[in-house]
Amino acid sequence: MSDIPALVAERPELQALWHRHSFVELDARARAHAILDKGTGHEYCDPFDRIESPWLEPQGLVPQADDGLVVVKGQLAGEPCVVIGIEGAFQGGSIGEVSGAKAACALQLAARDARAGQPISAVLVLETGGVRLQEGTLGLNAVAEILSALLELRGLRPVIGVATGPLGSYGGMSIVAGLCTRMVLTHEGRLGFNGAQVIESEAGVAEFDSSDRALIWSVNGGAQRYATGLADALVLDDAPAVRQAVITAVAVGVPERHRSEELDVLAARLGSGDGAQARFSLAGLGLPPAPSPGSARQRGAGS
Amino acid sequence: MSRAQAWFDALSTQALPSPYRSVAIADSDLGRGPAARLLAIVPDAGNTFPRARRGEVGLLEGIGLARAVREVIELDSRLADDQRRPIVAVVDVPSQAYGRLEEQFGEYLYIAAAVDAYATARTAGHPVIALVVGSAISGGFLGHGLQASQILALDDDKIEIQAIHKPAAARITLRTIAELDELAKTVTPLSFDVRVWATLGYCDGLLKVSDADQPSSADVDLARGALADAVTRARLGPRDLTNRLQSPARRASVRARQRLAEQWA
Repeated sequence: MSDIPALVAERPELQALWHRHSFVELDARARAHAILDKGTGHEYCDPFDRIESPWLEPQGLVPQADDGLVVVKGQLAGEPCVVIGIEGAFQGGSIGEVSGAKAACALQLAARDARAGQPISAVLVLETGGVRLQEGTLGLNAVAEILSALLELRGLRPVIGVATGPLGSYGGMSIVAGLCTRMVLTHEGRLGFNGAQVIESEAGVAEFDSSDRALIWSVNGGAQRYATGLADALVLDDAPAVRQAVITAVAVGVPERHRSEELDVLAARLGSGDGAQARFSLAGLGLPPAPSPGSARQRGAGS
Repeated sequence: MSRAQAWFDALSTQALPSPYRSVAIADSDLGRGPAARLLAIVPDAGNTFPRARRGEVGLLEGIGLARAVREVIELDSRLADDQRRPIVAVVDVPSQAYGRLEEQFGEYLYIAAAVDAYATARTAGHPVIALVVGSAISGGFLGHGLQASQILALDDDKIEIQAIHKPAAARITLRTIAELDELAKTVTPLSFDVRVWATLGYCDGLLKVSDADQPSSADVDLARGALADAVTRARLGPRDLTNRLQSPARRASVRARQRLAEQWA
């Protein structure tokens, strides 16, 4: 048992796990370059441009010279692609006025290129708690502008969402995930609108016990989202695996109808539209049984 | 009666059937041009999703709005795109629904369906006008109102247009409410005052009414006229949201966009 390399050599199913290069542990910039073809990525509005939020310093908060969002254009499997990555380590991956403007503008420029016969796909790496509350209404509006820009491009070229964790995707920015052509998640990724703590403080512990990690993962976790058809790929936390899943998702192309247009499907998921019945219809969605607290801890999950 | 219901009733010319009681649908004659389709999220104490009973935008509301907007797009699909009817969102939404059931089903996707429909209508040439008569907060406003080509609000002390309600904004940013109020005097996007919000670039008109809770007939006439003017501006303006960049408060956005566009080529 002590000779792990020997054990891995004997058991091929462990090899991907043993030899992986964590994507979750990379910062937004490294993630963008890990998704694109090696050496092709070029960053726009990089930190040396010092495009930062004007709203934080007056609050005694330190701004960041990229406002916590990177825009990297390059090639993906030989085709033009722009990766827009949110840096979870800055202000909880929140979207402010400037980071929102960068994301919306990049999506609109991609749409402009696509309309001009230069097709370019987009990848959004979502590591976010949503709207940056320190920028209030301008943060909220920034998310609305990203949503509109995403929809400009989505009919022309695939826009792929990636949420790998550790934060995952929460708040208004998860509407972005709802609009994406396809979604790629990991087991460590979470996807939801309201986090457990927010629900608990708004609606009480009986509605959502935010100390119950197993519950959180059974509701918002990547495995749940994939099993219930809200995500298209569930991959190992491994940079080449994430990149391959994105390449596959882009190759599927632009579908005739997107998930957010399938209103009959969305309505049918709720059963008769009756909240009480909806609780029972969860079983019909093929929900996995809630993981035990032990297994949630093994995944290294936070809240 | 909620403000959403009061203003919806006041502006409604012909009520239309809706599959969901929390999604109110009507036709509204604005005095000029084709009648607008009027949409409001209203409180429904009997909503089978208990966390969406106070006028929040939740699962049913997301689908209901998306269906109602897409029906209008379909109805006018054969008209020239400058002839398509206006859509007016009467906005008084405290938030998205905060619930475990909502999370389990993926509330973000249901709100995305509404966003998708509203943005599609706007790009197809329907003037989409939001009229904020009460709260316009967080995911509620993102799903119902923020994709509009023009946004109007009542000039009234009880209007709240924000990313989250005030106690939560204070708690999550680790401040007291008093500290937040003080900071909002200089950091304008933190303000809960509609007159300050109106300086941030996405206000297309403030309406001074005599009674925001129970609008008088003069108030309703004022709102109709302002909506008709907004429809005219929307038909002449861009079909994306770039008209929101014109305020001096958006200088940082304009600079970021210019730099990105220069480097992109």
